[in-house]
Amino acid sequence: MKLFETINPSFLAVLSGTLFLLLSATIIVTLLSRLRPARDFEELNKRVKTWWVIALLFLGALIPGLGVTLAFFAFLSFLALKEYFSLIPTRRADRRVLFYAYLAIPIQYAWVYVDWYGMFAIFIPVYMFLFLPLKMVMIGETEGFLQAVGTVYWGLMTTVYSLSHLGALLLLPHRGGSVWRSETAGGVSLVLYVVLLTQLNDVMQYIWGKSLGKAKVVPSVSPGKTWAGLIGGASTTVLLSVALAPYLTPLSLPQSVFAGAVIGLGGFCGDITVSAIKRDLHQKDSGTMLPGHGGILDRVDSLTYTAPLFFHLVRYLSF
Amino acid sequence: MEALCRFLFFFGLVKPLTLVVLGLNVRRQHLLPQAGPAILVANHNSHLDTVVLLSLFPYRLAMKVRPVAAADYFFKNRYLAWFVVNVLRIIPVDRRLRTGAAEMSRGVSAALRAGDIVLVFPEGTRGEPESLSQFRSGISHIAMSNPGAPVIPVFLHGAGKALPRGEAMLVPFFCDVFVGEPLFWCGEKTPFMAALQSRFEALAVEGDFARWK
Repeated sequence: MKLFETINPSFLAVLSGTLFLLLSATIIVTLLSRLRPARDFEELNKRVKTWWVIALLFLGALIPGLGVTLAFFAFLSFLALKEYFSLIPTRRADRRVLFYAYLAIPIQYAWVYVDWYGMFAIFIPVYMFLFLPLKMVMIGETEGFLQAVGTVYWGLMTTVYSLSHLGALLLLPHRGGSVWRSETAGGVSLVLYVVLLTQLNDVMQYIWGKSLGKAKVVPSVSPGKTWAGLIGGASTTVLLSVALAPYLTPLSLPQSVFAGAVIGLGGFCGDITVSAIKRDLHQKDSGTMLPGHGGILDRVDSLTYTAPLFFHLVRYLSF
Repeated sequence: MEALCRFLFFFGLVKPLTLVVLGLNVRRQHLLPQAGPAILVANHNSHLDTVVLLSLFPYRLAMKVRPVAAADYFFKNRYLAWFVVNVLRIIPVDRRLRTGAAEMSRGVSAALRAGDIVLVFPEGTRGEPESLSQFRSGISHIAMSNPGAPVIPVFLHGAGKALPRGEAMLVPFFCDVFVGEPLFWCGEKTPFMAALQSRFEALAVEGDFARWK
């Protein structure tokens, strides 16, 4: 098997681990709906099916190399930003401003592609931050100006700037740490590490919160989030983080404990932040693109916190 | 030639535009007709409305959709006229002529007899984006002449933000498509129009959309 020898063993391990988890989930849901036909498992069933699609698309996008992976993340940012702009009240006068906000997506990911870290780090927080209000001023509509400039910029920071840190991880420690070479701490493995832990953290917090726990963390924002879910989920994430770190990251044991805690708590924060927006706008889900999950924003909400937090953590500690 | 153009239009423009650039939130897609004859009634905000509605059907059925469209607008340009006649296969209505409505009505009845799905925008114009205006009564004549065909209300939101009247720059927005329960001709014009209008108002409330200004 020549093919398997050229694949990075840690990527192969994560790939098989993910497939194993998905397969188990599918079997559990099938068994549950057979054993308890009285209860409706349709929503759970849809959710697991969508997980398959997400996992295969994501893992598949990592294989061809930097350009394709970045294009995938850029498309993810585009979908999330589009969902956000469709959700919030926008002004008719700002159509052009929104167009420039969309235009920032390919530019932001291009900085990653050409490996220009300085520009990647400031393009949105400095240049787009200054340009968007200027564009609005030039259009000349002052009614609702402050709200418009605030909401458009917040969306750009969250869905484009934050998520683009997934792409920036690919540049650590050197360009395109690939799926194919046998490296234990390439850029791709860091992406795998943070995405896998963030998504499992979501699932774990949900399962812990469902099975035990009453006291709510922020009842006014998200009535489903309990302290048991948060602590149980985050602890599970720390354990997983410690277990995976030696294979996927250059982090030491104490560092991986800290990274796990950051991802566990950060994921929670991203989740409730998007929940607060949906609550403000009286929407249950951010969209309908992912059956059983809701919209794209519902799926990447935790990543908008964990991606930049983990990127700067690992960059500071190890590079 | 026309068939090839229609194929390219559907898979090269309609599908990628609605699935990738815009994105759809469809509610109750199963209420859409599975076969002709049927009358689709939608509110009108954008040229994208027809594109969005076409994309909801499988290719075979999408080819049966015949939009009723303004001859006085689309026939102004030679190339556009060729496109709307041969690719979109519109049923023209000349809003300037007094006989326009009767001629359109004949075209609609012929299309329905042939088992097509006729698409009508009873607001008569795209108008102010994302606001519902009074329906014109032409739709009641269509329903009256074809009492066997179900009238399916479809409320659209979002396309008017993506490409409103008078703008050439397309800005991506998700489009909401709310399909309502079908109506049939009830025998009288006033109650039919009232039922149709209230069906749309109910669909519009469903989305809880902020007014776009």
